[in-house]
Amino acid sequence: MAVDKSQVDYVAKLARLEFSEEEKEKFVGDFNKILQFVEKLNEIDTENVEISISSYPMFNALREDEVKPSLSLDEVLLNAPDKENGYFRVPKVVD
Amino acid sequence: MHYLSAHEIRDLIRKKEVTAEEVTIKTLERIKEVDDKVNAYLEVFEDAVDSAKEIDKKIAQGEDIKDLAGIPMAIKDNICMKGRKTTCASKILENFVSPYDATVVERLKENGAVIVGRLNMDEFAMGSSTENSAFKKTKNPYDLERVPGGSSGGSAAAVAAGEAYYTLGSDTGGSIRQPASLCGVVGFKPTYGRVSRYGLVAFASSLDQIGPFTRDVEDAALVLNAICGKDSKDSTSADVNVEDFTTYLNKSLKGVKVGLPKEYFGEGIDDGVKKELEKAIALLKDLGVEIKEISLPMSQYALAVYYILSSSEASSNLARFDGIRYGVRAKDFEDVVDLYVKSRSQGFGNEVKRRIMLGTYALSSGYYDAYYKKALKVKTLIINEFKKAFEDVNLIISPTSPSVAFKFGEKADDPLKMYLSDICTVPVNIAGLPAVSIPAGLSDNLPVGLQIIGNYFKEGEIISLAHGIEKALSLNLRPNL
Repeated sequence: MAVDKSQVDYVAKLARLEFSEEEKEKFVGDFNKILQFVEKLNEIDTENVEISISSYPMFNALREDEVKPSLSLDEVLLNAPDKENGYFRVPKVVD
Repeated sequence: MHYLSAHEIRDLIRKKEVTAEEVTIKTLERIKEVDDKVNAYLEVFEDAVDSAKEIDKKIAQGEDIKDLAGIPMAIKDNICMKGRKTTCASKILENFVSPYDATVVERLKENGAVIVGRLNMDEFAMGSSTENSAFKKTKNPYDLERVPGGSSGGSAAAVAAGEAYYTLGSDTGGSIRQPASLCGVVGFKPTYGRVSRYGLVAFASSLDQIGPFTRDVEDAALVLNAICGKDSKDSTSADVNVEDFTTYLNKSLKGVKVGLPKEYFGEGIDDGVKKELEKAIALLKDLGVEIKEISLPMSQYALAVYYILSSSEASSNLARFDGIRYGVRAKDFEDVVDLYVKSRSQGFGNEVKRRIMLGTYALSSGYYDAYYKKALKVKTLIINEFKKAFEDVNLIISPTSPSVAFKFGEKADDPLKMYLSDICTVPVNIAGLPAVSIPAGLSDNLPVGLQIIGNYFKEGEIISLAHGIEKALSLNLRPNL
């Protein structure tokens, strides 16, 4: 599989990133080289192979639902680029 | 004094031959003296002297102190320390101040560690040379025109240059072992789950693991003692008994079976690297170690699996950097989507964007089965192959890096060439196994690293073999700074 500029545009939109035309050109090249490299995996027959999520068996880690201290409002908002009255401030989302 | 090990400093402090305050001041002076050249640190904490004084007070009052108490160390800048910046060497987190301590930081503080600074890295731990840092270029202390490796380049260079007695880094595809190899220090990646990842900024959550850089194997055992163990804040941390790893030092190696995977000694590995490894392996035979050639043919696919899985996970993990709750927000934007796009595009560097794009593509509709699912299936085959190998051998030895430290810019323009730096380390992360890199010698006056891979949770066995090799070689490498 190979990508072209229109696919780079589509993926950039999904990833919430933007690129200059020049960057896109370079991207198509890099991208195709990397894809060609990972397509090496097609050499292997994985028809009857199960997927692995974790490397050794792991189980659901369940715990009691207990009330414990969490970060204070000030700490949560400490790094907010824009805030007001204890809230994160964002541009208008709905009309 | 800068090149003593942490355990030697511990003994000096206990014998009251030095105070923690003196050691800390000396370390801060050393950083001032050499870091203009090495550039390992992003920030130095001058107030570290205060925590050293606290330790001295405890000693004066006759309190028992722990092994790491009063010993200056530093932390890769993707691990959170309350009240300090955590930038991941990225512009997007340039001003981020952590509101909490990572579990490893909490544990180190409980052990009395004196944290003297934050260390440089490849942006978001993506890279093998630390050239992807948005802030500075860390140099290899053995040759200032060469890279220290990456992504934990600052962590490796600081230990090699005597700017800290030990450091922490993180390893997703080799980011502890490869820079340790290139800088001639010990770098240990524990079994996935051994060390809590709470407070480590996530890159690829199924592969990331925190571990130490030290000057010798005994120090690695001491740091592992402090940081390993189950943590209720990380549900993937393993509930496995943490033994005292120092009990694995000075063990007889007679009858220990070590496998040499032929694929890791073949094409693409520099002759100078092979030569140093062969010398170390010959010494092992004298110690009664049984050496056996093995084959791990699936390992050649690990790098492709790695780039699909790690980029996919990164694309998801880094979605949180959107300019809303933390991080840099772009100044001019039209609406909320434009705010995300501009903040991310201005804040992330090229390699990070490349990985996010690759991961987004691999996870996108129509490609998920061909890339992501395929990679998870090949992961199964890689795991099975290691499991089978460990039925015959206790440990596996290979080179850590296919070459010694390379020059700045040598691989920076070709992502694939750079990715190949991790060819010997990546399979270990895919399988979730523990591994260490220890110095094996010098080739063209540059350090060569030897990797020892163990079975799940067998960090102790790795330490025994690594300590045996270290003693047999007795290299005591030091850069000429």
